[in-house]
Amino acid sequence: MKAEAPRGADAPPELVQLLTPEGERVEHPDYDIELSADEVRSLYRDLVLVRRIDLEAVALQRQGELGIWASLLGQEAAQIGSGRALTDADMAFPTYREHGVAWCRNVDPVKLLGLFRGVNHGGWDPAEHNFHLYTIVIGSQTLHAVGYAMGIQRDGAEAATIVYFGDGATSQGDVNESFIWASVFNAPVVFFCQNNQWAISEPLEKQSRIPLYRRASGFGFPGIRVDGNDVFACLAVTREALRNAREGQGPTLIEAYTYRMGAHTTSDDPTRYRVASELEAWKLKDPIERVKAYLFKNELADQAFFESIELEADELGKDLRRRCLEMPDPGPMAIFDHVYAEPHALLREEREQYAAYLAGFEGA
Amino acid sequence: MTVTTGTRTVTLPLARAINEGLRRAMEDDPKVLVMGEDVGKLGGVFRVTDGLQKDFGEDRVIDTPLAESGIVGTAIGLALRGYRPVCEIQFDGFVFPAADQIITQLAKMPLRSLGALKLPVVVRIPFGGGIGAVEHHSESPEAYFTHTGGLRVVACANPADAYTMIQQAIRCDDPVIFFEPKRRYWEKGPVELGGTPDLPFDRGRTVRHGRDVTLLAYGPMVRTCLEAALAAEEDGRSLEVIDLRTLSPLDTELIFESVRRTGRCVVVHEAPVYSGFGAELAARITENCFYHLEAPVLRVGGFSTPYPPSRLEEHYLPDLDRVLDAVDRAFAF
Repeated sequence: MKAEAPRGADAPPELVQLLTPEGERVEHPDYDIELSADEVRSLYRDLVLVRRIDLEAVALQRQGELGIWASLLGQEAAQIGSGRALTDADMAFPTYREHGVAWCRNVDPVKLLGLFRGVNHGGWDPAEHNFHLYTIVIGSQTLHAVGYAMGIQRDGAEAATIVYFGDGATSQGDVNESFIWASVFNAPVVFFCQNNQWAISEPLEKQSRIPLYRRASGFGFPGIRVDGNDVFACLAVTREALRNAREGQGPTLIEAYTYRMGAHTTSDDPTRYRVASELEAWKLKDPIERVKAYLFKNELADQAFFESIELEADELGKDLRRRCLEMPDPGPMAIFDHVYAEPHALLREEREQYAAYLAGFEGA
Repeated sequence: MTVTTGTRTVTLPLARAINEGLRRAMEDDPKVLVMGEDVGKLGGVFRVTDGLQKDFGEDRVIDTPLAESGIVGTAIGLALRGYRPVCEIQFDGFVFPAADQIITQLAKMPLRSLGALKLPVVVRIPFGGGIGAVEHHSESPEAYFTHTGGLRVVACANPADAYTMIQQAIRCDDPVIFFEPKRRYWEKGPVELGGTPDLPFDRGRTVRHGRDVTLLAYGPMVRTCLEAALAAEEDGRSLEVIDLRTLSPLDTELIFESVRRTGRCVVVHEAPVYSGFGAELAARITENCFYHLEAPVLRVGGFSTPYPPSRLEEHYLPDLDRVLDAVDRAFAF
């Protein structure tokens, strides 16, 4: 496969798209979606708000309040579209970049900051939101999602799991093993791959000679490529895949074709490995602008609506900043908490010794 | 407390005792699952899961694809859904593809969740040599796992403990790496079916009382140490043998009390001595029993080599003579 120059300037083949970058609704023979004006406005609101959360987090990192941040910039539609396709009973397994999906699962955004600030490794209860903890080792969570789906099968429950991963993760053994498990057990799981074209500095050609969605056929289940910057298409395709999973038709691989508009993380410098024109080409396909254009053209929203969303976004950003700064550092003894569910003599001993050591400084 | 109602003492090989323990756990709790390669119809390559699929069905005794990371990774997912999976890793040397899931996920996820998640997953691993096997079938990887916070690491040494400890491991809300002494699978001993454990899960056991030297062992080396103690008795030496049973956590009081009394200690395991679990024992004993020691803590174990071809394994594995040689050296100080 030859590298595109600039990457993604042309739409790739077999792409499910329902809303063009210009904001035109288009038909697709297999996928359609009926959305009320309220629903479209609500999707737009989500897209804007998660981008604002992301922007604030990047700023917080720049100011030293977060150690690092993994930006979702450019991937809002893939995350909001798929996240909004989930029912309450469905379970989502994220990587460390699914801030938009977390939003859809009602995880308080400030809780996402904990691990990036270094006050914890993940601060929410997965069962409360049916949104698992962020997983940093690439691809590990795909197996957890399949195992969870096998549990759903055994419970006879009407639910499915969705698991997020990137283009780089498709090279991992765990991801391939999870495809095999899901296939042979016919597990109710949707593999949602956000192909954002880059695994830190490595372009897709370093991971695959074929389009990622075609990998699925070798494992024995359907693979679909969707315009990852089209929130309508992401919602429609994911909804269908989840329904199939719940109905016992097994797994689906969705490749959401998108672009990482920012750096891999705040520690990364993309100018070392990709050309600026590439980003410019993708800016024309921005996931938010096309929904705005659609709302405008169809007179589904007025200027007052857009202003109110901007205002809400600003308030959200301010609130997030304030609560980030208020996050307390954990006390030293927190090191020993939650390692084991049941008493463990070694940890008790180390805790007592360290407490005694610290006590030696009191009054010094 | 001794419960006698509904119990019956039988003589079973160790592998069968684990089988009976698994069966009991599955009867007691419908959430208990068994999963691994060939654990279904075949009953596992050592027959530890023999007959379980027939009695509990394919949904509870799962023949998995042949990929160890997949076994542990999906077990984690099942545990997140409320199940209590017991994974079989077919041989010690095959646990390494699963090491990533065990170390980066299984051990760390409860902390990651600030205690919201519990992962009651048991990973059963037949370990150790002495069965004339090919490469990767005779290893002792326990120290890799005792070095990982968040895991419990245990090893059974006799049928009675095998029966109760596997049930305790399954009931435990923490992940447990459960080492089984494969060369002792066929050795028989009394098992009280339906009985309750006579020791908590985090306690070791003194299996022979003695005055002169404390031998510390676990898994397959417990029997070797008992044989050494018997032989030493003829030379007029009284050896105490402790079966550690649990490596993480460690029953330190049992060990320290013994070593303070005997003043000498020899640690025996099949794993390489260098950076082996014996190093941890020697260090802790030195720190805690220094003024009671008549000699340094000595270690007997494998060499700092990969496990040798089976025609050489008798030179690699600690045996009665090498244990007694270390005992002699402990007395020579």
